[in-house]
Amino acid sequence: MAGKILVDEDQVRRTVARIAHEIVERHAEPDRLALVGIHTRGVPLADRLARLIGEFAGAEPAVGTVDIALYRDDVGLDARRGALPVVGDTVLDFDVSSRAVVLVDDVLFTGRTIRAAIDAVFDYGRPAMVQLAVLVDRGHRELPIRPDYVGKNLPTSRDERIAVHLSEIDGVDEVVLETPAGVRGTP
Amino acid sequence: MSRRSLLTIADLDRAEIARILRVGNRFAEVMERDIKKVPTLRGRTIINMFFEASTRTSTSFELAGKRLSADVVNVKGSGSSVEKGETLKDTVITLSSYLPDVIVIRHQSVGACQMAARYTDAAVINAGDGKHEHPTQTLLDLYTIEREVGPLDGLHVAFVGDVAHSRVARSGVRGFQTMGARVSLIGPPTLLPRDAEAALGVTTSTDVRDIADADVVYVLRMQLERMGPGGFVPSLREYAMTYGINHARLRPGQRVMHAGPINRGVEISGELADDPATLIERQAANGMVVRMAVLYDLLAGPAGSTEPAGAPIGAVAV
Repeated sequence: MAGKILVDEDQVRRTVARIAHEIVERHAEPDRLALVGIHTRGVPLADRLARLIGEFAGAEPAVGTVDIALYRDDVGLDARRGALPVVGDTVLDFDVSSRAVVLVDDVLFTGRTIRAAIDAVFDYGRPAMVQLAVLVDRGHRELPIRPDYVGKNLPTSRDERIAVHLSEIDGVDEVVLETPAGVRGTP
Repeated sequence: MSRRSLLTIADLDRAEIARILRVGNRFAEVMERDIKKVPTLRGRTIINMFFEASTRTSTSFELAGKRLSADVVNVKGSGSSVEKGETLKDTVITLSSYLPDVIVIRHQSVGACQMAARYTDAAVINAGDGKHEHPTQTLLDLYTIEREVGPLDGLHVAFVGDVAHSRVARSGVRGFQTMGARVSLIGPPTLLPRDAEAALGVTTSTDVRDIADADVVYVLRMQLERMGPGGFVPSLREYAMTYGINHARLRPGQRVMHAGPINRGVEISGELADDPATLIERQAANGMVVRMAVLYDLLAGPAGSTEPAGAPIGAVAV
């Protein structure tokens, strides 16, 4: 696939900071808030947001991680995938009940990952509310799921792929549009 | 296409075993939650067919399936059509018409699971076939050692006792060796397989004092039900005196395993069996999470897949 950088390092930094401000505006009590990163790239994003919220609001919210491999709705059905999903850690070592939980992911696409993540969080308790923060919303929803905090809306075609690279994992912060060879990029 | 089955421990290479043990860790975490259940295998059907007495294995398989949200049906030998003379083949064909995803089989005959797998599209898991194999026992043993003792690579495991009739040892030798452990077999000459050293790549001994070098002493049950009137040992009392494992025969730091059920005072002393320092209780507890991992491994991938683990799910835009 050919790649085109849509969001560079500086834009990623400013976008994450803006999302952190928006979360602070809607949650006056950081100690009643929990940021839960969805594996894999939602995890460092949740960490960054928690640090920034700590700077802006004076107190860092609780941070957790959730892996949705055990909550997928396509287990064993998708022969195209061709491999077992790797099962990662779910770490929610705070009381989920009565907290506002903000799920954090890099890309919002069909919404199925988010549905699975909500299921996973509810196995730990009954949050006061669940919100969703994503760095990129690329459209093509298959479920009635709408993010509360969006970094960038990047409408794409189905055969394109949005790759979010984060320095903690990939060594660089950027959002890349990958287009199959021979197909013209959308945005 | 027929699903992948787990008929012998040889069906799994080192990477696949390591993957199952890793996933077992994940399910151990699930068991620490208030809600000890995940929806992973919702809508899947598992039939447990146990034609031989079992408590640990049948219960752990049943709970493993239920905690993965599968529908689990249990068929026992007694009370089933087998009692009326129906063959295993016909039973498997009949139950397969209900379209199960997995059939778990324990049977007294060697090769029963291999045979059953020919007559069903379901994945077949061998839960013990005669004195042949018991692969999920080996996986839970590997898991237990890795968690409680340390890395398997380079470890020395000594199986002691009735090796000849033991499916636990037969699967265990292969499984431990696959993961890099050194294996020795110790027991009376009548209960050691002939040519074991050459055939299995193990060391053998008839002197119980040779457990001294082992990191893990795996005590095997005297399988009297498989011995018939053959007289493999002069008496159980003499066997206990010569080969029974007790505190006096162990050096500090050695860990003791036993797959159960235990013949107290025969292959292992009651005091040692009750000693919390042994791994016996951990083995039982780990049985369920490892069997959850096996079910996940067989069913979570695409039908018939033998592919190793792929990219992390987070990297795939779902």
